[in-house]
Amino acid sequence: MNCQTGSWGYYMPTSRTTVGDPLERIERLASENAVVIFSISGCCMCHAIKRLFCGMGVNPTVYELDEDPRGKDMEKALMRLLGTSSPAVPVVFIGGKLVGKMDRVMASHINGTLVPLLKEAGALWL
Amino acid sequence: MNSPSTELTRRMAIYEQFHQISRWGDTFNGEDSPNTGSSTIVQVDIRPENKAEYISCEQVEPSRSDQETNKSTDKIQRRLAQNREAARKSRMRKKAYVQQLESSRLKLGQLEQELERARQQGIYISSASDTGYFGPSGTINSGITAFEMEYGHWVEEQNKQICELRSALQAHITDIELRILVESGLNHYCNLFRMKADAAKADVFYLISGIWRTSAERFFHWIGGFRPSELLNVVMPQIEPLTDQQHLEVCNLRQSSQQAEDALSQGIDKLQQNLAQSLAADLCSGNYRAQMAAAIDKLEALEGFVNQADHLRQQTLQQMARILTTRQAARGLLALGEYFHRLRALSSLWAARPREPA
Repeated sequence: MNCQTGSWGYYMPTSRTTVGDPLERIERLASENAVVIFSISGCCMCHAIKRLFCGMGVNPTVYELDEDPRGKDMEKALMRLLGTSSPAVPVVFIGGKLVGKMDRVMASHINGTLVPLLKEAGALWL
Repeated sequence: MNSPSTELTRRMAIYEQFHQISRWGDTFNGEDSPNTGSSTIVQVDIRPENKAEYISCEQVEPSRSDQETNKSTDKIQRRLAQNREAARKSRMRKKAYVQQLESSRLKLGQLEQELERARQQGIYISSASDTGYFGPSGTINSGITAFEMEYGHWVEEQNKQICELRSALQAHITDIELRILVESGLNHYCNLFRMKADAAKADVFYLISGIWRTSAERFFHWIGGFRPSELLNVVMPQIEPLTDQQHLEVCNLRQSSQQAEDALSQGIDKLQQNLAQSLAADLCSGNYRAQMAAAIDKLEALEGFVNQADHLRQQTLQQMARILTTRQAARGLLALGEYFHRLRALSSLWAARPREPA
């Protein structure tokens, strides 16, 4: 049974031992919640992005890649997806769609596009 | 009140002195002694002691009656006396030179101290001979030196742009012309952020410390520069009146930039915490090298924070420009530029204020 809680760092492994494409896994996980953050537990920029959403009253689902057995592969897949060298995290998906890393998230918040996106995904109510 | 006779007497006295001294010089040249090369350059100041010496030379001159019999001895005596005199003069010159060197050295030390004090108090000092910033091992960090120079030019250019904006707004130029000024103003800030990104790669602590800014600016320092909220606080009163739509957008901008600012602050705090914990773990035992390596890893995140902070500053500026009309944006940029200019001036005034002697 799939079991995921939408709070900090809590990730319960799925019973399906899929040897699937890490990117597919990322996309699947991203589509399962309104706001999904891929993070690494020691990363301070990840902490900052979590605080940002918290401060807005949003409750994101966080996946700590260093606590996932397949985390390394997922990290590599994210790097390929984003086209960056390192680090791949934090990466934010809203409504299943890729928003990006900290700079993209901040830019969209400043230019006023983030809040409508969150509302559309059902993560924010007026 | 010189009567002709006293004037004549005076002139005669001077003539005699010069005559005597020129004879002295001739004597030296005649003797062809090694010390006499500089005798002609000897200062001709008629001091009592010189006179005494001279008189003694005079006394060494043989009287005419004895000239025949004591000629050779007198010559030797004279030569010895002249040598002694020349040697004495040479020692005096050397002493004077050394004293001059010593006092120059002291002065140099004092100037260097003043310079260092002024630097610490934030007066921006840029000089061609300045070797710039020294890295921890004493090597010159060329990336930082380049930044220091570029930043100096940036500030100068900024001041020019502020003046241009001020006169443009007073002269009521067209919106199109004003737009050009606004665009170049925004671009100028973009240049600053680009320079800072390069400097962060060279030495992130340099940017974080704020040593490149003046002291009053440093008081407000936040992750390598000014706070985005500070920007809004300065600009807001200058851009009234706003339409309702503008008012709403400005409020949103205020809120979102504050939230982003807070998030980055919390991230930096977390970084400090992590780093401190990492360094403080196993202080008495533990693997020093491994812990240091881990600490270095953590520190590398700092550059990311400085970049994000600059990114936030830039985004806030650009969004502000988007919300406002050209004229409002011009007034906003002018206000911002003038504000930072005043902060810098305040630093100088503060450093130069009269203080009670220690």
